[in-house]
Amino acid sequence: MRSLSILLILVGALVLGACGKKATTVPEGTGSTAVEGGETAGAQGEGQVGEGRDLPGASGSPTGGPAGVANVIYFDFDRSDIRPEYASLINSHAKYLAGSSAVRIRVEGHTDERGSREYNIALAERRAQAVRRALMLQGAGDAQLTTVSYGEERPAAVGSDESAYGQNRRVELIYGR
Amino acid sequence: MFRRILAVIAIAAVLALPAAPAGAQLTVQILKGMAESVPIAIVPLAWDGPGAMPYDVAATVHADLERSGRFRPLPRAQLLEQPHAAGEVDTADWRMLKVDYVLVGRLSALADGRFEIRYELVSVANGERLHGTAVPADPRALKRASHRVSDAVYEKILGVRGAFATRIAYVAVDGPVNKRNYRLIVSDADGANERVVFGSPDPIMSPAWSPDGRSIAYVSFHSGLSAVYVQTLATGSQVQVSAKSGINGAPAFSPDGSRLALALSRRDGNVDVYVLTLATQELQRITEDPAIDTEPNWSPDGRSLYFTSDRAGAPQVYSVAVEPGARAQRVTFEGGYNARPRISPDGRQIAVVTLDRGAYRIGSVDARSGGLQVLSGGALNESPSFAPNGADILYTSRVGGRDTLAIVSSDGRVQRQIAASAGELREAAWSPFLD
Repeated sequence: MRSLSILLILVGALVLGACGKKATTVPEGTGSTAVEGGETAGAQGEGQVGEGRDLPGASGSPTGGPAGVANVIYFDFDRSDIRPEYASLINSHAKYLAGSSAVRIRVEGHTDERGSREYNIALAERRAQAVRRALMLQGAGDAQLTTVSYGEERPAAVGSDESAYGQNRRVELIYGR
Repeated sequence: MFRRILAVIAIAAVLALPAAPAGAQLTVQILKGMAESVPIAIVPLAWDGPGAMPYDVAATVHADLERSGRFRPLPRAQLLEQPHAAGEVDTADWRMLKVDYVLVGRLSALADGRFEIRYELVSVANGERLHGTAVPADPRALKRASHRVSDAVYEKILGVRGAFATRIAYVAVDGPVNKRNYRLIVSDADGANERVVFGSPDPIMSPAWSPDGRSIAYVSFHSGLSAVYVQTLATGSQVQVSAKSGINGAPAFSPDGSRLALALSRRDGNVDVYVLTLATQELQRITEDPAIDTEPNWSPDGRSLYFTSDRAGAPQVYSVAVEPGARAQRVTFEGGYNARPRISPDGRQIAVVTLDRGAYRIGSVDARSGGLQVLSGGALNESPSFAPNGADILYTSRVGGRDTLAIVSSDGRVQRQIAASAGELREAAWSPFLD
């Protein structure tokens, strides 16, 4: 079945005389793609979730905002609560905003690719709102913050594995827009 | 194994031919057909007119019926004779070829410059003429008229109107991760005649047809924030209908086309289902729950909405009457994740995204009993959309790291995959019948 699926894709490409992007994961129907639980699968998946550690590249060098402070907050699977290690990051941004009332930021929420798209838009909105509320509690003004939820539409990392999923479950603080 | 592969190559080659105009991007491959598919002979039409026949109606009907997975059209090379009227069909000969039905006819040039397709369907078992009619067609609409012949043949034999003369809308995405190109595309149901409705470097999501098939509602982020637009296909005119603070998403037209169900989060970030009356811009809140309520879809009678909610912890499907103060009732109970409900045209079946042993698949929920049947076999399937005849469900399937489209029959017996030449395809919505 697996080789048949691959052939089907190849046949399609040959018939059309064109070829798509390089395939990197297992084709449909093999059942071996590692999809456990899901971004929005509720309590059952929580035990399998990685730590969602800060990943190199994704959180570095923000433009604008407090110097030397990262601008990405990562989330656990199907969660929108902010983990304690992000308290100082959020505090730094909130203080910066409180001290420069003309500065506006976008609070952009994202999820990984698993589950239904519009549901993921709602989940990412919940994450963005959690960060917005936390920033406001620490002194940022409501008018300084615009939340936008992209759901799974704008992944930071491509791939269908936990490494990519962990980098994609995030809220980004974007200055200057 | 090798013979199966050869068979598949043959199908793909046949289907690539009638998908005529250059630029046609999609081909449909049958992954699993029905064991009891109907053997039928589609005889090339006779041509009554000057010069060469302008269009091969029989080839389009052949491709349509084959692509449905319910028919096994006899290869044209195996036609031993080519009758053009029911009276010329020798049932004994066709019985030897093991076909159950024969379609014959003529294409004629009319005096006014138009054409006429005159065709007859004959049952080989008893020689009975099951159907015979004449369809007029403008020169540029011969393909569409051919799809209507397919619709009629499908209905006469299977008892359900065919959906070949319909269209699909979908989102195509290409380009590198940091420079995406999103396009909302409308094509014929077989992937031909594709037209770009709207393009943007920012995400486009959730296309939904108006019940008259003339407009599409969708979500676009091109303003920098999400907003819902309604675009008229004939004129291209785009109207922004919802651009509130927070989420503006998941549009669904009411069956009479006057209202749009939406998911909005407003300023407080609590995602709930609302109904917007398009003519007056009057907004009615339907759900009010601290949980996520989204992905509304109307019941066929327009009196209630089905939607996804995680109010019980994980996403499940609920229904609520479209009236003030109505209480939502839970519809799905089997499985830990059921989302994005789409109701079949007869209201009996609800297509959902369901978590099945670690994979997101398309499921069918019995609207009365709540019983769940898993229909698709992928690892990451989403966005189910019913054909207007209820026989098939179009959905998105992630294959080899790319989103592409696939179709499963609503009983799970026929499985097809749509291949694109490049880029990703997702969130397809099947049009209503276009009369």
